[in-house]
Amino acid sequence: MTVNELSNNDFLTPVVICDAGVEISGVYIGDLLSWVMNTLQEGQLWVTIMSNINILAVASLKEASAIILAEGVKLPEDIQETAKAKGINVLSSTMPAYETAKKLSMLGF
Amino acid sequence: MSEELKFTYNVDGEDFNSAGQASVSVKKNLRQLGIDPEIIRKVSIAMYEGEINMVIHAHGGTADVFVDDEKIGIVLSDKGPGIADISKAMQEGYSTATDTVRALGFGAGMGLPNMKRYTDYMNIESQIGEGTTITMHVKYQ
Ligand SMILES: Nc1ncnc2c1ncn2[C@@H]1O[C@H](COP(=O)(O)OP(=O)(O)O)[C@@H](O)[C@H]1O
Ligand SMILES: [Mg+2]
Repeated sequence: MTVNELSNNDFLTPVVICDAGVEISGVYIGDLLSWVMNTLQEGQLWVTIMSNINILAVASLKEASAIILAEGVKLPEDIQETAKAKGINVLSSTMPAYETAKKLSMLGF
Repeated sequence: MSEELKFTYNVDGEDFNSAGQASVSVKKNLRQLGIDPEIIRKVSIAMYEGEINMVIHAHGGTADVFVDDEKIGIVLSDKGPGIADISKAMQEGYSTATDTVRALGFGAGMGLPNMKRYTDYMNIESQIGEGTTITMHVKYQ
């Protein structure tokens, strides 16, 4: 499934979509950046409640297919601009990480 | 590649907003050189952790990345407070990060262990009050 196909699901709101065609390889949930650096695999969706600028470098270095901000966390305007400039896909979900993951699981991840 | 290539970066210690930029640049450069993606992955993780440590623990520093025909070398130098007990600092979960820094997602105490895990060689030289120099190698084979 591509990020574009994923973003058509009602439980997700697109925040920044740069590369809609990227294939999703799985899902990782975590907020501590060193754990994400260690464990997230290329192409995975990264579900987190972190919304500061530092998530962009991590998503870029690990080549996450998209960041999903859980719990309705908002990405500040200036960080949205940076995400656009860096080509990082960001979506948001009003649900907590676990419920978001259950929805993703129903999609086959 | 017969000649050694070197990239140097200044890592700003006051700016949490640009933290990780040197690592992102290194990744781009290594890609352009056609370095194996698995090697780039290891270098990215190790360098990112080292770069973040210079920002959050040492008021910034410099990063030198060397590319030769056997390995990628990373040398991170700072004039920060130094590390009092290196073996303690190497333990998973050990961190002196402040609450402010933890709120950003740093301070899991997994940086130095990650650097060790993803490199083939790692050496820490540190003097209290003088600074820290960390050298890492990622070999192609
Ligand atoms: N460059 C550095 N200068 C001074 N202290 C450092 C440096 N790098 C690491 N440390 C010390 O080692 C500890 C462990 O580092 P690390 O494993 O990266 O965990 P974290 O950065 O999450 O605290 C840090 O909390 C800090 O006390
Ligand atoms: Mg660290």
